[in-house]
Amino acid sequence: MTSPDRSRGLPLGSLHLALELEIPSDIRYIERVVEMVARQCEQLAYSTRQVSLNVPVALTEALSNAILRGNREHVSKRVQVRCDVNRERLVLEVVDEGTGFDLTECLVDATSPENLVREDGRGLFLMARLMDRVERFANHGNVVRLTMRRHD
Amino acid sequence: MSFALRKQGDVVVVDVEGQLIVGNRQELKQKVLDELERGEKKFLIDFSQTGYIDSSGLGVLVSLSKKIREQGGELRLANLNDDLKTLFELTKLDTLFQIADTRERALESF
Repeated sequence: MTSPDRSRGLPLGSLHLALELEIPSDIRYIERVVEMVARQCEQLAYSTRQVSLNVPVALTEALSNAILRGNREHVSKRVQVRCDVNRERLVLEVVDEGTGFDLTECLVDATSPENLVREDGRGLFLMARLMDRVERFANHGNVVRLTMRRHD
Repeated sequence: MSFALRKQGDVVVVDVEGQLIVGNRQELKQKVLDELERGEKKFLIDFSQTGYIDSSGLGVLVSLSKKIREQGGELRLANLNDDLKTLFELTKLDTLFQIADTRERALESF
């Protein structure tokens, strides 16, 4: 896969894409959102691994946390997703209507002997391993921001 | 996403067709537990048609592994692509499960 083939002769360097969507607190929407974001990364020549693993898994985790924990699947609550991507980096923001959580407290080592046999507790761990940066802050809701640099 | 269960000898083989994620992992768990309850002891989950798994999918595999072992049974995983192998390595779950490259090798290992 070479850039010229993908871009049809246009330079990709200056291409920048911003996507903003809102979904109900329903896990059935996750796959479609993930597909849309992954496709944008593919268009901007992110690596196959980033498109097929890093983005889908990290974004799935962030969305399910927002829906199940942040919004507790309340039918009236919404999740906003903002995707900002160019040839250098991807920034994803997932916003729920919950009260937030302490990121440092939740970033446990899921690979320690006692945590390895647990059924839960891998979501944030995977997000941190698959993305370059994970941040959480409050801004008109609970925001989880994921940043990933593009690899060839 | 769907799960196809069939018997190959005395092994219940589950083909996961699509991603194993928060929306469908309960279904997989229930299907395998139903077979366990019927007295089946050998289980092979084949991921050749799976692109990725999220943490809840991994959690269900951990849960099934425990429950199958408690009943004196065995679980094998087969046909993990490079992305899935990476996930299992990152989470060190490759040390918890018996993972085979192919379905045939997995079946032979019981």
